[in-house]
Amino acid sequence: MIDTIVSPAGFIALLSFFFVGALGSFVFQKNDRLANLWGSLFAIVGSIWGILFSILLLRSSSDIFFTTGTSVFPLLSISFNLDKLAGFFVFVISLIALFCSIYGLGYVKHYYRKYNIGALGFFYNLFIVGMLAVVTASNGLFFLIAWEIMSVASYFLVVYDRDDEDNVKAGFLYLIMTHIGTVFIILAFILLYQSTGSFDFTSIKASVALVPLSVKNIIFVLAMVGFGTKAGIVPFHIWLPSAHPAAPSHVSGLMSGVMIKTGIYMMIRIFMDMLQPIPAWWGLTILIVGSVSSLLGVLYALTEHDIKRLLAYHSIENIGIILLGLGSALTFSSLNMPTLALLSLVAALFHTLNHATFKSLLFLSAGSVINATHTRNMEEYGGLIKYMPQTAFFFLIGSMAISALPPFNGFFSEWLTFQSLFQGLAGLDFPSKAIFMASAGALAFTGGLALACFVKAFGATFLARPRSKEVEHAKESSFLLRFGMGALAILSLLFGVFSGYVSSVLVEIGRGFDALSTAPSFLSVSKNYGLGTGTFSFVSAPMIFVFLLIAIVLVFLATKYLVHKKQEVIIGDTWDCGVNLNPRMEITSTGFARSIILIFKGVLKPSIQKDVEYHDDKSRFLPKSRTVILSVNDVYQIYFYLPLSKFVAYLSERAKTIQGGNVNFYIFYIFVAVLASLFLVQ
Amino acid sequence: MSIILWLVQIILVPALSPLGVGLTRKMKAKLQNRKGASVFQPYYDLWKLFHKDEVVSKDASWVFNIAPTIIFAVTLFVGASIPLFASFLGNALTGDMLVIVYTLAIGTFFLALAGMDTGSAFGGFGSSREMTISALAEGGFIFALLTVALRGNSTNVFTISETALSSFSYDSLPIILAFLGFFVVLLAETARFPFDNPATHLELTMVHEAMILEYSGKKLALLEWASANKLLIFATLGTNLFFPLGIAQSADPKAILIGVIAFLVKVFVVYVVIAMIESCMAKFRFFRLPDLLIVSFILSCVAIALLQ
Repeated sequence: MIDTIVSPAGFIALLSFFFVGALGSFVFQKNDRLANLWGSLFAIVGSIWGILFSILLLRSSSDIFFTTGTSVFPLLSISFNLDKLAGFFVFVISLIALFCSIYGLGYVKHYYRKYNIGALGFFYNLFIVGMLAVVTASNGLFFLIAWEIMSVASYFLVVYDRDDEDNVKAGFLYLIMTHIGTVFIILAFILLYQSTGSFDFTSIKASVALVPLSVKNIIFVLAMVGFGTKAGIVPFHIWLPSAHPAAPSHVSGLMSGVMIKTGIYMMIRIFMDMLQPIPAWWGLTILIVGSVSSLLGVLYALTEHDIKRLLAYHSIENIGIILLGLGSALTFSSLNMPTLALLSLVAALFHTLNHATFKSLLFLSAGSVINATHTRNMEEYGGLIKYMPQTAFFFLIGSMAISALPPFNGFFSEWLTFQSLFQGLAGLDFPSKAIFMASAGALAFTGGLALACFVKAFGATFLARPRSKEVEHAKESSFLLRFGMGALAILSLLFGVFSGYVSSVLVEIGRGFDALSTAPSFLSVSKNYGLGTGTFSFVSAPMIFVFLLIAIVLVFLATKYLVHKKQEVIIGDTWDCGVNLNPRMEITSTGFARSIILIFKGVLKPSIQKDVEYHDDKSRFLPKSRTVILSVNDVYQIYFYLPLSKFVAYLSERAKTIQGGNVNFYIFYIFVAVLASLFLVQ
Repeated sequence: MSIILWLVQIILVPALSPLGVGLTRKMKAKLQNRKGASVFQPYYDLWKLFHKDEVVSKDASWVFNIAPTIIFAVTLFVGASIPLFASFLGNALTGDMLVIVYTLAIGTFFLALAGMDTGSAFGGFGSSREMTISALAEGGFIFALLTVALRGNSTNVFTISETALSSFSYDSLPIILAFLGFFVVLLAETARFPFDNPATHLELTMVHEAMILEYSGKKLALLEWASANKLLIFATLGTNLFFPLGIAQSADPKAILIGVIAFLVKVFVVYVVIAMIESCMAKFRFFRLPDLLIVSFILSCVAIALLQ
């Protein structure tokens, strides 16, 4: 039974579920209901199959490697490598896809008769197929095809809500950025091909000794830029805050939760698996990149008042945290400390899983709010907890998980990340020690700022009084939506409470790498499912959960029954110093974050613009209206993208001179080009 | 015997914390040439508040109602997870320093949400200021604890106390620097001068008081008590992790007696210092607070760098 599932046929079946879902919804596009049902149901069944498949794969002792069909192109082979790492990513993709699809089944209804539901189902399923193929492909060219399927399918999902001009623009930016990234990836593969003579990952790995160190270093930089663009590291992240909010919410959940992780997957695959051994500066560079991404991600998140953009910036922050784990893993492995490398890699993988869970939960809850209020602007929310109590509860759990509050899952992966940084800080010499220290500091501040940001997000959205009419008409979402969110919320708690067990599985995945295969595990999992790193530290997730619960229940019961029962509760107005209470007195999300923004004004460059309109322009005594515009100038736009685009524009201007308009000249160019190529080929 | 000791460990923080607040107020009164209320006044206040009726805003949601319970429960949890008078009551399960930092953050999180829940302008700004301060204090907090953790070669607070005791010296520069860093965090997190004025209800100056402005009756009692607990927890962490002298290392009655006395004396000193600071220093302007907090972070960084 197990052998039949964990086999090439089992994996082909997994892909075919989504293919059938894609084709079916394309065929039934005339009928909205049928197309939605078909597309979502096949995605749900496929995801369940994927979860089953990956769990069995992770439990089995052998990897699956197979090639299908005979390719007409000599260098392209459709080969899959399903090792433990790929199995883990298949698990993450299927898990999130399952709940996003259940949610989507209900969520898509409001697009009926507005857009083509068949197209949505088609690209949605194709998107998942693309991601599954990306994490399992074992040939460079086949990988690029899968990568393109994933990117292009997600582009069409981003521009799906095409009536909004901004979404089309966001999609365009996404398409450009993702292809710039792909260029770097292609260059990296070509360099690898040049040295090793193959695009097959297994042959590249076998003959990696042929790659000279200087070429390896170039490949590292190219791969960091290429995959970093997809993962959303600063400064290549500009597409992320505009593209993720534009997509339908269940797609945003998948993009933010899973798609950006494919960049992380390839970094692990190339740096940890294929190019070993590696120089130490790679890991340290990734640590610096991770620190910058996490800090800037959370700071920009604080400046946002668009709820989905805020969440998208938090994805950048969390990718940074994952990179902190990955960077320390690479540093330790190049310094020949496999035990610590294993610990750090587990931290990175665990945070990948956790971020996928709570980020998709948050995006789904945000989608549920947007569905009810028809706006993404947090300033127009307020008091939604009374209209959408369950959505509010799920968002609260997501907020606690992402802010790393115990006993939810975010805490335990950040704990592991902290531990691996502490180990580097204690055990390494200058300058690695300094970089590890800076990273630990960045992680500490990131945690604090993320907490502030989610107080702002939850408070401005769900608490106090409604700030617009839309809120008063909001209704709780339908059952399917709540089911998708609720299941992810429960998972966030379970992955936290059973973090010990999850980590022990992740240790086995880490052992799958040759460099770490013999490493004794520094990470210990004890009887009560606690997590320990050697003798240095220990934490027991179930006990924290139980003790916190006992303390809360005790306090609750004691105040309710022990002290003075005959107490009266009078419902009154909020104290307002005697003026009329109105929603404008509440703090807004802009106001909440303003003090932090002003403190970090060196980075965030806040600007304030005041406009006054007068009744009489000449006398200027009686103002008619006053406008204050608070905004933040993006430093990477000013110092990186603007000069870059100016430079490109300058080059184009120069290049224009050869385009004289005279046909004879053009024929001359062609002639020169032909001659030159003839010489080169010789 | 050990069950009794554990019970004492659990209830010691909530039992003593109002006394600490009373002592600070008394000392401040003396320094201002006032007679001041009895040191037991906070206990009477709590008793009175627990028996009062409540007024709850009609805009409040369940977050407002549940927050005091969670905030108080968190301080109970943390109070039981740190070394008070005995380091041998080793708690390997929940005594990790990061668990303590982030569990305390649960309290901050719910307090800030509760402040925003009623939709009053005071509460919202209190929450905003509180989150700003606590976000910036986080780095100093973790790094100060990390200094002693690296010296004790463990992140478990009980083990830190235990090993710190065996290698204790008065002139250890990193420890002193880290303690100074920690002390700044203590003042910030417990809403004392120069970060916040615990005795004022002026909208310009208040942070913690602004968030709990809408509370009354039992819930206010729980919040006041929780903030007293928090002060004692920070005072304990500051003394027992950095200067663990006298802490009981075995269940020997004599050792325990010394441990309890040492604990009381050390914590008393911290309260005296806080009272002195509050009497001879003005509250800082809000935008000067980050400087102080960054100084605390840098002090801890230097301490770690100096650590051998």
